[in-house]
Amino acid sequence: MLAYILRRLLYALPILIGVNLITFALFFIVNTPDDMARMQLGVKRVTPEAIERWKSERGYDKPLFINAAASGLATVSKTIFFEKSARMFVGDFGRAEDGRDIAREIGQRMWPSLAIALPTFILGLFVSVCLALTLAFFRATVFDLWGVVLCVAMMSISGLFYIIGGQYLISKLWRLVPISGFGDGLDAWRFLILPVLIGVISGIGSSTRWYRTIFLEEVSKDYVRTARAKGLPETIVFFRHILRNALIPILTGVVVVIPLLFMGSLLTESFFGIPGLGSYTIDAINAQDFAVVRSMVFIGSVLYIVGLILTDISYTLVDPRIRFS
Amino acid sequence: MMPFQIVVLWSDVLVWLLFAAAIGFAVLVAHNPPLLSAWRRVGASRLGMASATILVAFIGIGLLDSLHFRQALDGKPGQKTQYAVEVLSLLDALASPLRLNNEKTYSAPFATRLYAKETIEVPGLGAVREYPRLKNAGKHLGEHEEELLADAAFTAWRAILLALLVWLALTAWLLQRRAAAVDASRRAKTSGDETEFAWSSVLLTLLLMLMVLTPLFALSGKYHVFGTDKVGQDVLYQVLKSVRTGLIIGLVTTLVLLPLAVGLGIVAGYFRGWVDDLIQYVYTVLNSIPGVLLIAASVLMMQVIIDTHPQWFATAAERADLRLLALCFILGMTSWTGLCRLLRGETLKLRELEYIQAAQAFGVSHGRIIVRHILPNLMHIVIISLVMDFSGLVLAEAVLSYVGIGVDPTMTSFGTMINNARMELGREPVVWWSLAAAFSAMFILVLAANLFADAVRDAFDPRVA
Repeated sequence: MLAYILRRLLYALPILIGVNLITFALFFIVNTPDDMARMQLGVKRVTPEAIERWKSERGYDKPLFINAAASGLATVSKTIFFEKSARMFVGDFGRAEDGRDIAREIGQRMWPSLAIALPTFILGLFVSVCLALTLAFFRATVFDLWGVVLCVAMMSISGLFYIIGGQYLISKLWRLVPISGFGDGLDAWRFLILPVLIGVISGIGSSTRWYRTIFLEEVSKDYVRTARAKGLPETIVFFRHILRNALIPILTGVVVVIPLLFMGSLLTESFFGIPGLGSYTIDAINAQDFAVVRSMVFIGSVLYIVGLILTDISYTLVDPRIRFS
Repeated sequence: MMPFQIVVLWSDVLVWLLFAAAIGFAVLVAHNPPLLSAWRRVGASRLGMASATILVAFIGIGLLDSLHFRQALDGKPGQKTQYAVEVLSLLDALASPLRLNNEKTYSAPFATRLYAKETIEVPGLGAVREYPRLKNAGKHLGEHEEELLADAAFTAWRAILLALLVWLALTAWLLQRRAAAVDASRRAKTSGDETEFAWSSVLLTLLLMLMVLTPLFALSGKYHVFGTDKVGQDVLYQVLKSVRTGLIIGLVTTLVLLPLAVGLGIVAGYFRGWVDDLIQYVYTVLNSIPGVLLIAASVLMMQVIIDTHPQWFATAAERADLRLLALCFILGMTSWTGLCRLLRGETLKLRELEYIQAAQAFGVSHGRIIVRHILPNLMHIVIISLVMDFSGLVLAEAVLSYVGIGVDPTMTSFGTMINNARMELGREPVVWWSLAAAFSAMFILVLAANLFADAVRDAFDPRVA
């Protein structure tokens, strides 16, 4: 098992290097640091000295890959690629435009993100599986047909509508919970309840429909027919046989997003003013803070790859036919 | 001297190219029995055809909005004709009352007065704080503002009656033609297992659309049916303009995505070996970057390019247009991986089948095998995933525009409408009409696309059939 995980981690390394190269190419080769400086300082009325100062303050005044002016190891290490891109592998993300250390900021901000994303994820999964099971139980009836149509309608509504509508209705008209913000400790639940609720509702449509098809695929299998032929009541067939077997693809399918929960959601966090990683990213995009966006791209990929490895491990755990080979 | 000068934007070219491609594809389908029978199954789906009717209406609006021109300015005779800086589309020309009848600021749907109070000079009373009358809505009512309801209802009724007449004439004509066709087929004894095209649902949807749209447009000449926004522009006009942006995002993106996904997917699955490894590596890397973040990073870089090279763009419209296309390009580059992986897997299975091995044994070239034997057998996957992607892209546009990495802020789209309007819910009284109009129009478009996609999937998916 350990050897298997180690090997999977080794496979992940070239992918991470690829991600690193892509972000480097995007941020430093598509546009030169000079262009970025001009953009940040305003395109008109910018002096070459101001550009040079901007670059040296941020360490962008070095060559891209090879520093011919330095000697020894420094020819490789005193370059933009090494200092800005390769250092990300050891968790050094540099500083944001406001001078704060990005790695520390990320360490602080991932907990509020998780506080929203984790309940949304668990509750959403539970609600969707229950609804999908109900639809599958009443399959090929009018109830099922309209349930699916309702699901399609719900997934056709923009995520923005759920957030704006929910905030308006619950916070502004009914004044049940604060419209946005975040609190520490136990007080936080008042701020969490609305974003979690909205997150769950906006996800119901697509996931219910998806899980329903998984249930229906399971319903038509031979072992279900055998169970029925044995004379088992339909409820036992559903809860003891179909639910259990259908949960395997459902659960292994969602494992991949678990690490990404740390990243939070861009929309939810910015609408509700939650100081998490999602709103951090949005603020960085609006302020055109390239260092932060670069770091978030890298971290997002790391978390996704961790999710892929977890998925593989979860497959081997739930399905004994898959071996660690 | 021409009264106008035709302007061809890059996105127009792509839109019409797509239109031509769609017609070409239709011709191809007509000569290909398996594809034809699959599309016949789509045609038999009642829900699918109802949504297709709505989609056709949206596409019609988008096409009208994709023919651009610049109007000639009134000059002295003999002088060289000057053209206006503003680039207009055919839709703008058709909807010019909507485009030109601007107010000062917000006004509610069917209002005759402005949203905010102003100081007006009233003869005899001096300066009074009052809601001023709108310049372009309900003018014909004169002093009798209370007759608004009656007038609107009368206009709407007249329009509905007209719509009903048009629809009845159309239906009668179609029924007559069908009766003739059925007669002919009975004589030729060819009818039998032919799937029936769902005419009834098309006609029903058409009736509903006519019943809603004709009164809407009839009233829009006299009132601001959906109200006006902050700068006093008619919201209905903005909705109409947003349709094109949404369609371009949804359709042009596939133009970028398709060659990459199909080409690389088939090549990887067919040749295997190091080609496969390389392609798999590329899409795994791209896929492991969370979509929104990759799009955000790419759009940021695109903004830097646009801002540091202002000399590339002659007009603001051109810049917005190229930015829209760049967004499509970025969306395409970040979303081809899923389809590519699907096609690779399917090609791996297909290449082991006997008929492909037979072709290889006969010495048929690789290119010919791919085009003649593999590609046609992947068509259903491509079609399903294309129609499924469309609605997701339209929704994504709104989110991206909200985040600030979407279309140019000067370009009308559902996203920019929502973005501009979302703060207005905090006003007292609430300004809800912009948001409501944008969300409903987007909902109708996406719902129709989703239902159509379902019908297509049901018809093409061999697992169901």
